[in-house]
Amino acid sequence: MPRLRKTTERAPAAPGRLAVRKTYKLYVNGAFPRSESGRSYPVTSADGRHLANAALASRKDARDAVVAARKAFGGWSGRTAYNRGQILYRVAEMLEGRAAQFADELLAAEGGTRAKAEELVAAAIDRWVYYAGWTDKIVQVVGNANPVSGPYFNQSTPEPTGVVAVFAPQDAPLLGLVSVIAPVIAAGSTAVVVTSERAPLPAVTLAEVLATSDLPGGVVNILTGRVPELAPHLAAHADVNALDLTGTGDLARELEETAAATLKRVLRPREDEDWTADPGLSRITPFLETKTVWHPVGV
Amino acid sequence: MADQIFEYAPAPESRSVVSIDPSYELFIDGAFTPASGDERITTLNPADEEPLAEVAVATSADVDRAVAAARRAFDEVWGPMPGAERGKYLFRIARIIQERSRELAVLESLDNGKPIKETRDVDLPLAAAHFFYYAGWADKLPHAGLGPDPRPLGVAAQVIPWNFPLLMLAWKIAPALATGNTVVLKPAETTPLTALAFARICQEAELPPGVVNILTGAGATGRALVAHPGTDKVAFTGSTEVGREIARAVAGTGRRLTLELGGKGANIVFDDAAIDQAVEGIVTGIFFNQGHVCCAGSRLLVQESIADELLERLKARVERLRLGDPLDKNTDIGAINSAAQLARIRDLARAGAEEQAVGWSPACELPERGYWFPPTVFTGVSQAHRIAREEIFGPVLSVLTFRTPDEAIAKANNTPYGLSAGVWTEKGSRMLWAANRLRAGVIWSNTFNKFDPASPFGGYKESGYGREGGRHGLEAYVNA
Amino acid sequence: MPDTAVAALAPDIAASNTSLRAYLHGLPGVDEVGARARAADLATRSIKTTAKRAAIDLAIRMVDLTTLEGADTPGKVRALCAKAALPDPQDRSVPRVAAVCVYPDLVATAVSALAGTGVGVASVATAFPSGRAPLDAKLSDTRRAVVDGATEIDMVIDRGAFLSGDYRKVYEEIIAVKDACGAAHLKVILETGELVTYDNVRRASWLAMHAGADFIKTSTGKVSPAATLPVTLVMLEAVRDFRAATGRQVGVKPAGGIRATKDAVRYLVLVNETAGPDWLDPVWFRLGASSLLNDLLMQRTKLTTGAYQGPDYYTLD
Repeated sequence: MPRLRKTTERAPAAPGRLAVRKTYKLYVNGAFPRSESGRSYPVTSADGRHLANAALASRKDARDAVVAARKAFGGWSGRTAYNRGQILYRVAEMLEGRAAQFADELLAAEGGTRAKAEELVAAAIDRWVYYAGWTDKIVQVVGNANPVSGPYFNQSTPEPTGVVAVFAPQDAPLLGLVSVIAPVIAAGSTAVVVTSERAPLPAVTLAEVLATSDLPGGVVNILTGRVPELAPHLAAHADVNALDLTGTGDLARELEETAAATLKRVLRPREDEDWTADPGLSRITPFLETKTVWHPVGV
Repeated sequence: MADQIFEYAPAPESRSVVSIDPSYELFIDGAFTPASGDERITTLNPADEEPLAEVAVATSADVDRAVAAARRAFDEVWGPMPGAERGKYLFRIARIIQERSRELAVLESLDNGKPIKETRDVDLPLAAAHFFYYAGWADKLPHAGLGPDPRPLGVAAQVIPWNFPLLMLAWKIAPALATGNTVVLKPAETTPLTALAFARICQEAELPPGVVNILTGAGATGRALVAHPGTDKVAFTGSTEVGREIARAVAGTGRRLTLELGGKGANIVFDDAAIDQAVEGIVTGIFFNQGHVCCAGSRLLVQESIADELLERLKARVERLRLGDPLDKNTDIGAINSAAQLARIRDLARAGAEEQAVGWSPACELPERGYWFPPTVFTGVSQAHRIAREEIFGPVLSVLTFRTPDEAIAKANNTPYGLSAGVWTEKGSRMLWAANRLRAGVIWSNTFNKFDPASPFGGYKESGYGREGGRHGLEAYVNA
Repeated sequence: MPDTAVAALAPDIAASNTSLRAYLHGLPGVDEVGARARAADLATRSIKTTAKRAAIDLAIRMVDLTTLEGADTPGKVRALCAKAALPDPQDRSVPRVAAVCVYPDLVATAVSALAGTGVGVASVATAFPSGRAPLDAKLSDTRRAVVDGATEIDMVIDRGAFLSGDYRKVYEEIIAVKDACGAAHLKVILETGELVTYDNVRRASWLAMHAGADFIKTSTGKVSPAATLPVTLVMLEAVRDFRAATGRQVGVKPAGGIRATKDAVRYLVLVNETAGPDWLDPVWFRLGASSLLNDLLMQRTKLTTGAYQGPDYYTLD
């Protein structure tokens, strides 16, 4: 595959050829709209260069994203676990194909060495593979039959909680981002993701990957913008079932209080999260409900 | 002749098996100890409004004391104790509950107003079974699928409701203790007596002091307890309103929280249902425990093609319900737990009538004293009516109809709650289809209101989070 | 007794086995676990003092005092009849039983022994208990019992035909036996222990009622399980619903295995709370039993005197 030219780099001085820059937009309901507010904000590299302008999502964009996520939930959670696994693996395949582009973007966003950036991209790809494999095993590992004292079949199975508002980590724009999105959708929930404000560009490129990877529109919706502006609305939104507060920093407490009004499930931020560590089920189970079904056994 | 031939004579369970003290103190650090304030609560028998006893009201200073005792017990005794030994204490407690079940059943019926038939056949056997179940987990936690070395959280603050006082205590205390936590538990204001009896059972079982602390009181005591920074875990069963308050109080503290809150369960009857059993299930669904059940099947969704026939059968069945003295062994419907709850039920029933739903109750003589409400069936109810949306927590059924399976599911899920649902059909594939689509934590198909210590219980959405019972119930009390 | 004609199936339903099958399989199903749970719940009713006294006397009046042994003799039957007419010679306030139930060849003996007592004579017939005989033999069995004075006939259905799906054969056989009964009441024994499922019990109940049964009866007593509370519950639901549908009331008789007063009282509670008080009468509910009567007598005396009784004080037949 030819190496894609990174659009945010200064165009080489090819006479007569002006580089075509990429516009970074939101990803909502499978499409790439601009913010309804018409706003954008400048994104700079680790060393302070202007990289691009990213859409600055508004609360109405967040509202639209929730609508899209809700609409997608029935279909996505209703797919077979095998199918969800296939699609997540497909995301990994697509990401692998764009590995170099992601490495470039990470390098620009985070600085450091190219080797380190490539390592993080590889880890992000592997994380998709990891969760692709979980889709059809969660039910077996987390659910079980219950030996009740009576003539009843009784079984508890996990189900996805619904629409999850995910606040991606501010400081791990690709691996951290993937690590918070994949577990949510692996189990069948749909996501409204607010990216790292400082380094949103890998998230927008990820949206391009998702858009071309058989993932139905609306399952993942990606908003670039400011947590303080968007989070209170998502935490209060009555059609959001759960919050992943990872990237909310000091706002976490206030958001958890807001979420109490509608009794959302809340995954609190963890101290010093190591995104390279084996996540186990720790990011899947917070977004599962347990359903227990009883049925008589008789002739 | 036939009608006079078989009037069941009164068959009261004897009150003499239970002795109630005139007054009770708080149970802290293994001993009954006076509260730091003077305030006291009188608990009544809701069947005749006669006072049963006075109990202390714990102040925030008392909460401090109890939490400190629980912390000490956790650090020094209960936390370090091998699981097998902890389990043996729980087995001991289970056995004592079984041995004293008759006494506890009578006490529960007196304090709560529920029929002795239910305390005897449901509350008490299940409470004992819950301790038995979790006792066995105490030394097997590494096998619970919660990681190789699940650790206890510390001190659990637990607040329980009045509808199944001793059973809810068992649901809270058994898993907490099995996993190595210590507890401070507040029983409901109107039903403190079996929790205080349980305190004595802890003494009889020689449970180390401080492992279980029981604080009586009302809302202020509960608020002080759940807000206490010395606790590591909050577990609450009760109304969604209070649940929200607690979730706010716990927010940002890092303390763990499980909530088991309200519900507006749909009981869906398809046209191919085993109709006689469906009628039984509807009756059990809404009239069990006077409808004071968070998972009650308070919305009957019946397929329109059989609605008339089903309602006729349902009414005939409801007419056979026997309302009256909770201690009479033949009583099916006992007293409403409190004047406040009765007022709420009356208010919502009035709203139903005002919204043009048609209310029906069997000819049914209510006792003169005490808090009583007749079993009531509202027909002509639509989704927009208050009685179809708000939890009544009383013996009031709202009947709605549907035409297609999709419509049934849509209506059933059209609520902020998600605790329970029922499905009645003789077709297995339809049952599983419906069970898949219902957004609720417990689905009873061709049965209703069944409980078991091995079976996880808890809700979706505003019915709360976390599960009680079964392997899943351990998760609420450990750090994996 | 209402006209049985109103309850007969529309001719097009009974016209073929296919249509009959469609009809019977269109009845609502019975959930076994739910039916058992309801019966168990009703079994917890506590019937004490005055209610117990009334229940015991009613149960005595409902007893079909039964002897159905290969070793039955005229002497045995005469002794049973004496007991039926005067259950407790020491206490004349004890009511008589409803009927004596014997094999067809002993009907004449029973009829003469019971003359003037008001106790009915029931006879099993139709190649009891298996029912495995040609229809002609079953009908002559029936006619002979009626000729000898039987007021009630307890027939067995052809369970083989029922289980093989030949509902029409079962239906027509009941109609033929009903015809052979003349004025005698027909009790149709479903032998629920061989039908096994409550769905089958419900279908067989409706089939028998449509064919003209005056009573539906659980069992011959020769197959285990015989009468149970849940099976009787299902049959009581059937007679309740049948009356609602057709206007005709049909009786129910559990038989076999009912030995203790406690059991009998549980059946009465079941009747009271399922079919309703209209069935709390020997005309509409019977208990097929033999040893039950003495236990009822002992409990009755215990209620009167306060002292527990011993079997040596009650006659053995």
